Amino acid sequence: MHPLLTEEVDKRLFLLGNEAIVRGALEAGVAFATTYPGTPASEIGDNFFRIAAESELYFEYSTNEKVALETAAGAAVSGLRAICSMKHVGLNVAADPLMTLAYVGVRGGMVVVTADDPSMFSSQNEQDNRMYARLSGLPMFEPASVQEAKEMTEAAFRISEALELPVLLRTTTRLSHGRGIVTTGSLMPPKTRGAFEKESSRFVSVPANARVRHRVLLSQGEKARYMACISPYNTVTGKGRWGIATSGIAYNYVADAVKDLGIQARVKVLKLGFTYPFPEKLVVEFIRSVDKILVVEELEPVLEDNLKVTAQTNGLAIPIVGKDPELFSRLYEYDPGMVREVIARFFELRYTPPRPVDIKEDRGAVQLPVRPPNLCAGCPHRATYYAVTSVLRETQTEMVFPTDIGCYILGLLPPLQTADLLICMGSSVTSAAGISKATGKRVIAFIGDSTFFHSGITGLINAVHNRHNFILVILDNGTTAMTGHQPHPGVEITPAGWDKPYISVEAIATACGVEQVSVVNPINLGKTKAAVKKALESNKLSVIIAKAPCPLHEARVRGKKKKRGFVVGPECNTDCTECIDTFGCPALYKNTAPDAKTTMIINEDLCIGCGVCTQFCKKIRPKKV
Amino acid sequence: MDNYRVYFTGVGGQGTLLATTVLAEAAILAGHNALASEVHGMAQRGGVVESTVMIGDIKSSIISDGEADVLLGFEPVETYRAMRKCLADSVVVSNTVPIIPYGVAIGRGAYPDVDKLFDFIRSRVKQLIILNAQALAEQAGSTLAANIVMLGALAGSGVLPIPRGAYEQTIRTKTKEKFVRTNLRAFRLGFAAL
Repeated sequence: MHPLLTEEVDKRLFLLGNEAIVRGALEAGVAFATTYPGTPASEIGDNFFRIAAESELYFEYSTNEKVALETAAGAAVSGLRAICSMKHVGLNVAADPLMTLAYVGVRGGMVVVTADDPSMFSSQNEQDNRMYARLSGLPMFEPASVQEAKEMTEAAFRISEALELPVLLRTTTRLSHGRGIVTTGSLMPPKTRGAFEKESSRFVSVPANARVRHRVLLSQGEKARYMACISPYNTVTGKGRWGIATSGIAYNYVADAVKDLGIQARVKVLKLGFTYPFPEKLVVEFIRSVDKILVVEELEPVLEDNLKVTAQTNGLAIPIVGKDPELFSRLYEYDPGMVREVIARFFELRYTPPRPVDIKEDRGAVQLPVRPPNLCAGCPHRATYYAVTSVLRETQTEMVFPTDIGCYILGLLPPLQTADLLICMGSSVTSAAGISKATGKRVIAFIGDSTFFHSGITGLINAVHNRHNFILVILDNGTTAMTGHQPHPGVEITPAGWDKPYISVEAIATACGVEQVSVVNPINLGKTKAAVKKALESNKLSVIIAKAPCPLHEARVRGKKKKRGFVVGPECNTDCTECIDTFGCPALYKNTAPDAKTTMIINEDLCIGCGVCTQFCKKIRPKKV
Repeated sequence: MDNYRVYFTGVGGQGTLLATTVLAEAAILAGHNALASEVHGMAQRGGVVESTVMIGDIKSSIISDGEADVLLGFEPVETYRAMRKCLADSVVVSNTVPIIPYGVAIGRGAYPDVDKLFDFIRSRVKQLIILNAQALAEQAGSTLAANIVMLGALAGSGVLPIPRGAYEQTIRTKTKEKFVRTNLRAFRLGFAAL
């Protein structure tokens, strides 16, 4: 049985923040869950996926976040409790339905989880999705601990159902990927069969209805504000005339700092967990009770601005500061030492920060080698990139490479360097159209299979219809690799019991109206290069589908294949380093051993036996058994 | 009880995250509060993987510079690179076996002399414990168990208030059944390595 399905109450589990959210939803009787995978939210969907296999829960990996949100909304307007999770930028994709779902509302509780990524561990930006609460007018929870992640998810369902509005739950990487002790509550049996009761004056958002519904949203918002004022997740603790206001993960750094600095008797801490609508009444009392306030929140000054507005509205003129060149930055995540130091400075406390060991003081120090992530040995994306770059080298052609979101962005690094522009999911196809039109030159765009299903298709239709002319290479490895090998509509290697229909990338490209579509196995270098050449020569919008499974995924599902071994022959004793200068497989490197007989050597532990290198270098050959 | 902050660093694929969870669960089994923090996603494709375990009355799950009580380094250059997390009072436990970064493997940059890295670390912290975790893991039955060897060495150092039995019990219940015996052997070899 999945450990999150335990019936035992008051059991202490050591969970990831994301797992705690799943448990909270199960304790709230969730019946319907959707997602599109994205770090740091992925484990929410992955756990629901496994739980759905052994319970009544309906779960799907949707094709994108907009689809996920609308599908969950359909379930929620039919009276089921539904949850939809995504990474922060996913909510941009789902923003369109979110804004109007706020007007029409829901009947079953609905929770939308947004997992933000301050410091951009795995993201293209660090936007602060607390702004979406204000933009949509929807209530928001911001848990500070793993236990709170569970509790607030459950509370969010109750409040959603009471207000008939979806509720946002915002986490950040440090909470989603932090572990802590969670005490279980009882599981609520889900209501799994819904009924859609028609109410077109509410649910059909034509202007006349929307005008009424906007008014309803605002009045529900005032009820939510009252709930936030009396919420157990919004508290003032401590005593004294100094004030600290905080929310989310930053609360932990504040709590530890107050204790470490020994100022418990001098400072009051306003901790908000139910952060939108702003609990004005509670906050006014807090502002009145202190002489000055330091606001500790990562990223944008959301709480700070709200405090300032509240103070001004109520004629209170104490200093309220947070984002300031001398105090806190709008950039990146915070850490406990930094928060402690700023608190000490703001309240003019004597404080000596710890003195870290500094390797710059090592007189014998050498430049440390860096360790950037790299495409795995045997990755078919490398083979595709190699085929493209070698054709361009041979024909002395320079190309711009718009690219997309996935493992294949690692082609950015030398020696491949096949990434010139990356904005967001699907932007490869569409920006390629703009670049080729603006420059009058063809470009080669790269997109992964899951990303193509997510948001590449509409761009491709647009490109055909508006007569754009570029080459689109779809790197089809049959899985959503970077986020943990989640399935998508085009998967062929599937887990046991998988019974969903397969949708062909090739058939879609053809149906979009692309005249020249070729499918190649990138492990076959000759055929892949021929397809690239043909696309270059044809001067037509062309799609090349480079199709070979992700070896990690294949091994995970089908078990490890017996691999072929390869060796570098004795004639590899020249100064030729072309393999590392152009291909860059981590299994192939310079032989620096004192008794080296060959220039290069193959790391047999890393090599998976794809044999791509043997197709461009005759000195590498199968090992005789 | 005092609080303890343990910083883990290694290279993707070394099993640092399993070691992180086993340590935290062992601390909980021993009656302490524990938190952990991990980084997932893109960083794991052969890059540096860092994680933390906090034991005691601590709410923050990340470790600022100069605040690690213990640094558990799974790879010598990564141990050295993470030294900013330590202060004069820290205990460092490090594997001695390098994983050559790709840049070095293709002749761009050099891998530093490991002994010199350790000499510097030794001169700056309270205690440095080094061991060949790969060799001990091989002796235990699988090089994959090097992460548990490292955990054994940490337990053997006696820095943390967690009895040996709590680690062993956690290994029995939280690591894959078919690896339990190898893992227990790996733990004991690491424990006795000092």
